[in-house]
Amino acid sequence: MEAPTPQEPQRPRSPSVIRRHGVVTRVWHWVNAVAVLILLGSGLGISNAHSRLYWGRYGANFDPAWASLPHFPGWITIPARYNLAISRRWHLFFALVLGFGLLAYMVGGLLTRHFQRDLRIRGRELRPTALWADFRRHLAFRFHDEHDPRRYNLFQKLSYVLVLFVALPLAILTGIALSPGMNAAWPWVLEILGGRQSARSIHFITASALALFTIVHLVLVILAGAGNEMRSMITGRWRIPE
Amino acid sequence: MIGRRTILAGGAGLLLAGCDRIIEQPTARKILFAGEDMQKGLQRALTNRGALAPEYRRDQMSPYFRTNGTRNPGTPQYAALLANRFEDWRLNVGGLVGKPLSLSLRQIGEFPARRQITRHDCVEGWSAIGEWMGPMLGSILKAAAISGRARYVVFTCADLYGGQPYYESLDLIDAFHPQTILAWGMNGRMLDVGHGAPLRLRVERQLGYKHAKYLMRIDAVASLTNIGLGKGGYWEDHVDYDWYAGI
Repeated sequence: MEAPTPQEPQRPRSPSVIRRHGVVTRVWHWVNAVAVLILLGSGLGISNAHSRLYWGRYGANFDPAWASLPHFPGWITIPARYNLAISRRWHLFFALVLGFGLLAYMVGGLLTRHFQRDLRIRGRELRPTALWADFRRHLAFRFHDEHDPRRYNLFQKLSYVLVLFVALPLAILTGIALSPGMNAAWPWVLEILGGRQSARSIHFITASALALFTIVHLVLVILAGAGNEMRSMITGRWRIPE
Repeated sequence: MIGRRTILAGGAGLLLAGCDRIIEQPTARKILFAGEDMQKGLQRALTNRGALAPEYRRDQMSPYFRTNGTRNPGTPQYAALLANRFEDWRLNVGGLVGKPLSLSLRQIGEFPARRQITRHDCVEGWSAIGEWMGPMLGSILKAAAISGRARYVVFTCADLYGGQPYYESLDLIDAFHPQTILAWGMNGRMLDVGHGAPLRLRVERQLGYKHAKYLMRIDAVASLTNIGLGKGGYWEDHVDYDWYAGI
C-alpha cells in the first residue's frame, strides 16, 4: 500500500472519464462519415447533370417536374468542376462502402447488443411530457442524464434510429432502384417505390434528410463540447460533463 | 477549443476539396475506378444474368420521347443514305464470325422481330418509356456464325464524335440477352432520324449511352484493346464513363 498523495481526496470531484463508444461504433462512424460526405458531394455533382425531379416511372425535359433543383456550386460538389463521369465514380464506389459498412455495423450492433442496450426506445419515453422534458433539456444545452450519463438522450435515440433503420436503408434501396441492371434483377424494388423517377426523387429527399442530420449532429457535437465528443468517438473515452 | 471547432466545421469542406487532389494520384484513381468492376461483379454474381428489364403497358409510355446525343449525323454519307430512304444502307457484320454479313434494312426486317415497351435511362438522370421493335442481336450474331473466340461485340455508327464514328461495345452476356435488339421501329413507326434511323441498339439493362444509334457495323472481337483507346466506347475512352453501364 502506498501512502495517499495529497491530490487524491480531490479526485471524486474532478470530472470522471468513462468508456462511451465501443470499437464497432467508432470504426463504422468514421468509415460512414467519409462515405456520407463523399456521397453527398458526388450526388450533388450528379444532380447538376439533370436537376429536375419527377414522380412516376418516367420523367424527362418535356414531362412535368415537381422540383427543379438549383445548380449546386463547385465548393460543395465532387469533383468541384462539373464532371458527371467522375462524380459517378466517387458515388458508386462509396455507395458500396456505405452499403456494406452499414450491413457490417448492423450485424456488429446486434451481436454486441449495442442496439438493444443503447437504442431501445420504450413507450413511456414517447409520452408528450417526456418529449417536452427532453426538448427543454436540449434548450438548456443539457444533453446527458446526470443519473446515467452513458445513456443517449431521447432525441438522440430517435434521430439515430431514424438514420440507421430508415434513412440510410432507404437511401441504399432508392439507389439500387436507379440501376437498370438491378431493375431487371429485383423489379420489386421499383414497384414498392413507384417507379424509377419516384425512386430518384425519394433518393434526393432522403439524402437531404441525411445532410440535415449531419449538420444538426455537428452543431450538437460542438455545443456538447467538440473535443470531448470527438475523443469519445476516436478513443472511446468520454469525460462526463459537470 | 476554437481550433478544434474550426477543424470539425472545416473538415467536411476539406474532404470535398481533397477528393479532387486524391483522384489525381494514379493509384487512388485505379482503386476508385475498380468500383465499376465491383458493381458489375456483384450484379453478375448475385443476380440472374438472364433477368428481363421491366416492360410496360402502352398507357405507361412517355407522351414525348426526347432525343439525346446526336440528333442527326449530318455527314454527306448519311444525308445520301437518308435521301434514298436507306435503300443503299447496309449493316456489315464481321470480325470473329464464320459468315460475314452485309444486311439491307429489308433483310433485317425478315428476322423475327421482338416488340418491347421499355424504359430508357440516361446517365444524366432522366427516363423515357418507349416501344421498340427489331430482331434480337443474338439472332444476327448466330446468322453470322459468331466464333467461340469472340468475347465482345463492337458497334460502329454513322455519327461522328471528334471526327471519329461513335462506337460502343457489349460482352456476350448482354449481346445475347433476349431484350438486346437492333431496333428499326419505335412507337409503332419506323425509327426516325433523331432516335437513330435506320437501326439502333437497345440494351435494356444498361444506361442510354450504350444504346448506339445509326448503326453501320458490328464486329465480334476477342478483346477491346484495339478498339478506340481500349476502353470499349467513345464515352468510356474520352470522359471516363463506366463501360459497364448497368448501374
